[in-house]
Amino acid sequence: MARITAGVATSHVPAIGAALDNGKAGEDYWKPVFAGYDASKAWIAAEKPDVVILVYNDHASAFSLELIPTFAIGCADAFAPADEGWGPRPVPVVQGHPELAWHLAETLILDEFDMTIVNRMDVDHGLTVPLSLLFGQPDAWPCKVIPLAVNVVQYPPPTGRRCLNLGKAIRRAVESFPDDLNVQIWGTGGMSHQLQGPRAGLINREFDNAFLDRLIDDPEGQAAVPHIDYVREAGSEAIELVMWLVMRGALDPEVRVAHRFYHVPASNTAVGHLVLENVGSLAAG
Amino acid sequence: MADNAFKDIPGTTLFDSQQSRMGFHLNQFCMSLMKAPNREAFKADERAYLDRWPMTPAQKQSVLDRDWNDMLALGGNIYFTSKIAATDGLSFRQIAATMSGVNEPEYAQMMLDGGRSIEGNRSKMETR
Repeated sequence: MARITAGVATSHVPAIGAALDNGKAGEDYWKPVFAGYDASKAWIAAEKPDVVILVYNDHASAFSLELIPTFAIGCADAFAPADEGWGPRPVPVVQGHPELAWHLAETLILDEFDMTIVNRMDVDHGLTVPLSLLFGQPDAWPCKVIPLAVNVVQYPPPTGRRCLNLGKAIRRAVESFPDDLNVQIWGTGGMSHQLQGPRAGLINREFDNAFLDRLIDDPEGQAAVPHIDYVREAGSEAIELVMWLVMRGALDPEVRVAHRFYHVPASNTAVGHLVLENVGSLAAG
Repeated sequence: MADNAFKDIPGTTLFDSQQSRMGFHLNQFCMSLMKAPNREAFKADERAYLDRWPMTPAQKQSVLDRDWNDMLALGGNIYFTSKIAATDGLSFRQIAATMSGVNEPEYAQMMLDGGRSIEGNRSKMETR
């Protein structure tokens, strides 16, 4: 059967993608950001996931205000990088896993998580920057990717509790897929940042690190934190952090922390990154 | 509409149903700038391009003035209005500096120094 072996959390700052695409990754400003992912690159090269379920948010690229799905799952064969206003990122086309994606959609809906099924969608920096951070600049991404887009642009996003429970349901769905697949789940976005208005540039290091601690050790407690706390304490765009709870919900109650990284700043944003392993999967070898 | 607790957060506009309804056409105009030919048409004659959209005069003026905070107040969402910035060749950091009332080097330095502090920025009730 398919198994979720590990979870990855990371910010998906567009400027990180731009730095990489424009050959600026070696500059003093960016070096510490990319260095924070060196251990994870080595880790994932050894882990060789077959499929990544990549939880992210679209930033008015695939979804305008015409249609705002709370949870959308990409079931297509492939997903092209979006033109976000300055041309698409020069990164490989993302290859989907339609069989598993459709299985997830069917299973989740019957499990009472009403997913929106997407058969055609471009993917923006929210999805491609995490791939770049973990895989660098290959000619083709080394695994299949199932995009799972969460609305965090139009208030209200789903609650933290709903996100954690969706993660649990995703795990059940993956484990009922007959093929032997090594599946990872990634949660992206955050950490503290505010991109709009006079309070732009807000960073809350204390909030971010408490979130990382609690996501690891007390996800049920973190799931109860209301939206207002994220927005007030960590900035209007920090609400993206609820997506990390989808990832966490799909893992064991107790996980092994393979890597943890935190850095300020990347453009307007605090960068956070976790690699979490299911202890059960390690034992199963 | 979101509860009033969000309105107590200084310098922050929550993109709730009220803002979304007010800003629908402004944001859909911004969305059109995802396509290169539309970016060219907008750059060639901004006023004429804006007049294709059923936006209010104040919304159109906020775009012509590149008054980023006004756009937000009139229902714009930052992920949409930032497409105007991209069309202008401006980075997110440049417009963030403008929205917070400083120049870009000052803003960049603030970020290097750890970002805008949460202290004094949680609530409009706080004295600064």
